[in-house]
Amino acid sequence: MKCVKIGEFLRTVLIMRALNAQLNKVVYMKKIISGNEAIALSFQDSGGVFASGYPGTPSTETLEEVARLGEVYCEWAPNEKVALESVIGASVAGGRTLATMKHVGVNVAADPLMTLTYTGVNAGLILMVADDPGMHSSQNEQDSRNYAKFAKVPMLDPSDSQDAYDFTRAAFELSEKFDTPVMLRTTTRISHAKGVVVPKERIAPKVAAWAKDVPKYVMLPNFGKIRHQVIEERLLKLTEFAETTELNRVEMGDTDLGIVTSGISYQYVREAFPDASVLKLGLVHPLPPEKIREFASRVQRLMVVEEMDAIFEEQIRALGIRVDIGKGPISLCGELNAELIRAAAGLAPAAGAPAPVENLPQRPPTFCPGCAHRGLFTILAKLKAFVSGDIGCYTLGALPPMSAMHCCICMGASISAAHGMAKVNEIAGRSEKPVAVIGDSTFFHSGITGLLSMVYNKGNALVIIMDNRTTGMTGGQENPGSGSALMGGEAPQVDMLALVKVLGVENAVEIDSYNLPATEAAIRKGLGTPGPYVLVDKNPCVLRYRVKKPQVTVDQEKCTGCRACLKVACVALGLTAGSDKPKVAVDPNICSGCGVCTQLCKFDAMTKA
Amino acid sequence: MEIFNIVIAGVGGQGVLLASKVLAESALASGLDVKQNEVHGMAQRGGSVISFVRIGDKVNAPVVMPGTADVLISFEPLEALRYLHYLKPGGKLVYNTVPINPSTVASGLAVYPKDVEERIAKGCGNAYGIDALAIAKEAGNAKAVNMVMVGSVMNSLPLDAKVVENVVRELSKDKGVDVNLKALKGGAAAA
Repeated sequence: MKCVKIGEFLRTVLIMRALNAQLNKVVYMKKIISGNEAIALSFQDSGGVFASGYPGTPSTETLEEVARLGEVYCEWAPNEKVALESVIGASVAGGRTLATMKHVGVNVAADPLMTLTYTGVNAGLILMVADDPGMHSSQNEQDSRNYAKFAKVPMLDPSDSQDAYDFTRAAFELSEKFDTPVMLRTTTRISHAKGVVVPKERIAPKVAAWAKDVPKYVMLPNFGKIRHQVIEERLLKLTEFAETTELNRVEMGDTDLGIVTSGISYQYVREAFPDASVLKLGLVHPLPPEKIREFASRVQRLMVVEEMDAIFEEQIRALGIRVDIGKGPISLCGELNAELIRAAAGLAPAAGAPAPVENLPQRPPTFCPGCAHRGLFTILAKLKAFVSGDIGCYTLGALPPMSAMHCCICMGASISAAHGMAKVNEIAGRSEKPVAVIGDSTFFHSGITGLLSMVYNKGNALVIIMDNRTTGMTGGQENPGSGSALMGGEAPQVDMLALVKVLGVENAVEIDSYNLPATEAAIRKGLGTPGPYVLVDKNPCVLRYRVKKPQVTVDQEKCTGCRACLKVACVALGLTAGSDKPKVAVDPNICSGCGVCTQLCKFDAMTKA
Repeated sequence: MEIFNIVIAGVGGQGVLLASKVLAESALASGLDVKQNEVHGMAQRGGSVISFVRIGDKVNAPVVMPGTADVLISFEPLEALRYLHYLKPGGKLVYNTVPINPSTVASGLAVYPKDVEERIAKGCGNAYGIDALAIAKEAGNAKAVNMVMVGSVMNSLPLDAKVVENVVRELSKDKGVDVNLKALKGGAAAA
C-alpha cells in the first residue's frame, strides 16, 4: 500500500514539475497587450473561475480575451444587472469572479451594486468598469469614481497595462481581505492602449465552500441595519490600509511642484513634468488623508490632476489642505493630455504644433456597405416619421443625409419613450404615431420591459426590431438571438416574433428592409393601424456574418447624374469627376451588392448582378 | 534613445490596427519600451482612424501630441492632410495615393478636394505618395495595403527590417505570409 502511494506521489511531483516548467515558460514572457487584455490575463492568472458582462466600448475586449485565452468560464449576460447578479452568485458559491461593463452599464447594475456592498463577498469579486472621457463611443461622460464613493467600495485606477494586470490581482486580495466588492476602473486610453506587461506566477483556480449565512446574505431590514455598520467600519479600515499600501506611491523630485494624480493622468503628468514630485494614487477610494497631508507639506505648490470630476480635489480641500492648481485651469470635460496640464500650470506649449488643415470633408462613421439599417432609414427619412431611437449601429440614422432619428437616451429607451410620446399625442389630440427603432441585443437588454408596458397600458407606437443576430456596434458579440455563445459552440436561439407575440402584441410581422417598396408598405400599414405594432427585420449583420454579393454596376450611358441613389449614404457610391455633370460610379472594392441604391434609380441605370 | 513617435492614419476597415501591431511588436522584440493606442468603437467602418505608436527606452503617455510625430503613415490622401499637423518640423510622411470617399462625399453633402496632393506637398517638404493598392495587388491581395505602408517607412524607423519581417511572419495566417512579406518589400522598394 505504502509503495503505491509513494509511487503516485512521485508521479504527481514529476507531472507538477513539468507543468510548472511549461507554465513558467509561458508566464514570464514579456507581452505587449492592452489594458483590457491585461485584466483578462490577470483574471485567469489570479485564480478566476467565472466572468460575466455586457459588451460596451471601451470594456468589451476584456471578456472576449478571457474567452480567447480559453481557460476560465465566461459568458455574455443580456444586460449589466444580470451580469453583476450572476457574478454575486459565483462569489457566494466560492469562485473568484469578474463582471465587466462600460460606465453607463453600472447605472443598470447599480441596483445589485448598492446592496452587494452590504453583503460583501465570499470569494473575491471584481466589478471592472471602463469610463470613456472624451466620449469616443458613449452617450455621456460620467465619472465612475462617484460610484465608489456612493457604494462605499474600494476602487483601483490603473495607469497602464502592467498596472491593469497587477491591480486585478490586488483587487482579488483586497476583496477577500476586507470582505468587499472591488471596483477596477479603466478609461478608454487604459483599456485600449497597449503596453508591455510582465505577468506574475499563476495561481490555480480555487473554489471555496458555498456560503450559507442568512444574516450576511439576506438583506432584510434587520440584517441590513447590522451590515450598514459593518461597511462603515470597513471603510475606516480601508482608509488605514490606503495610508500604507504600495498601491499609492510617492515619487519625490523637485519640491517646487507636487502633483496628486491617478490612472492615465499620471502618464500625462510624467510627460508634462518629468522632474516634479508626484503622489500616484492606485487606490482612488478611499483616499489616504495623512499621506496626502504629508506630501502636500513637502512641496511648495500642490496640483491635483484628474480627468472629469473634482473627486480628489474636493476631498483634499475638505481635509483643509490647500490646492493651488486644480479644476478651473483643468477642465471638467473631455480627456486630458500633457499640453493641457502644462498650460494649467502656466507653462508655454512644449511643441509649436501647426494648426490642423481646415474645411476638409468630414469622415464620420456610417452604415457599412450592405447594412440592413440603410434600407430602413432611407424609408423612415422619406416618410418623415418621428423616430425614437436606441443605442446601437442604427443610432447613425440620426446623421445626415438621413437625419431620421429624433430622440436617443439610453439602452432600451426607444420603446418606453415612444410609449410616453404616444400617450401625450393622444391627450393632445395629435394623430401622429411614433416609431421606435431598436436592435436585437438592445431589445434583450432592456427593451422587452418597455414593450410589455406598451401592451399593458394600451399604447400606440410602431416598434421596429432590427434583429441582425449580433451586438454590432461593439464589434459583433454573441447574444441570446445569435445561436452561439461567447466561448463558442451552439446556444439556444430566441425566436423574436414568438417572444414579441407572447408579450401580448397582436400585430407582429417580419419585414425585409432590403426591399424598399415592401418595407415602406409595411411601415405605412403599421403607422395606420392603432395600437402596438411590431416589425422584425431578420437580415444578419453583413460585417459579423461576412455577407457579400456581386457588386452593383452603373450604366454610364443611362446615368443622368441626378443623385437620387446618393440618398442611401453608402461609401461605395461616388460621383465621377471630369465631365460637366458628374455621374455615379460604384467602388467594386467596397460594394457589398445589397442593391438598396438600385431601387432609387429612376433611369434603370443601376444593375444588381 | 529619445522617444520616436509614429502616427498611422486611415479609414476604418483598412487594417490600421494590424500595421500598428506589427510596429509595436517589433519594438518589443528589439528590447525597447513601447505604447500603442488607437480609438476604436464608433470608427469601425468607414470612419476616420488614427493610431499612435511610441517607441523609446521608457514611454509614458500612449498619445502622440500634434507637432511631435517623427513619421506619419497615411493609408489615404485626405487623411494624410487631416493629420498632417501631427508631424514635427522635418518629419516624414508616406501616404497611399488611392482615395476613398468619405460618407459625406458619397452622399453628395461634400466634395472630395481636387488638390489634396498639392496641399500635402505644400505642407510637408518630406512627403512621398505611393500607389499602395497596386503594390498590394501585385503582392497577391488588395488587403495587404497595410503591410505595403509599413514597408514604405522601414528605412525611417529605429527598427531592424529583419525584426519587422519576423514579426509579420509570426502574425500572418499561413496563407498570408508570402503575400504580406512581398507587400512589405514592395512598400520598402517604392518609397
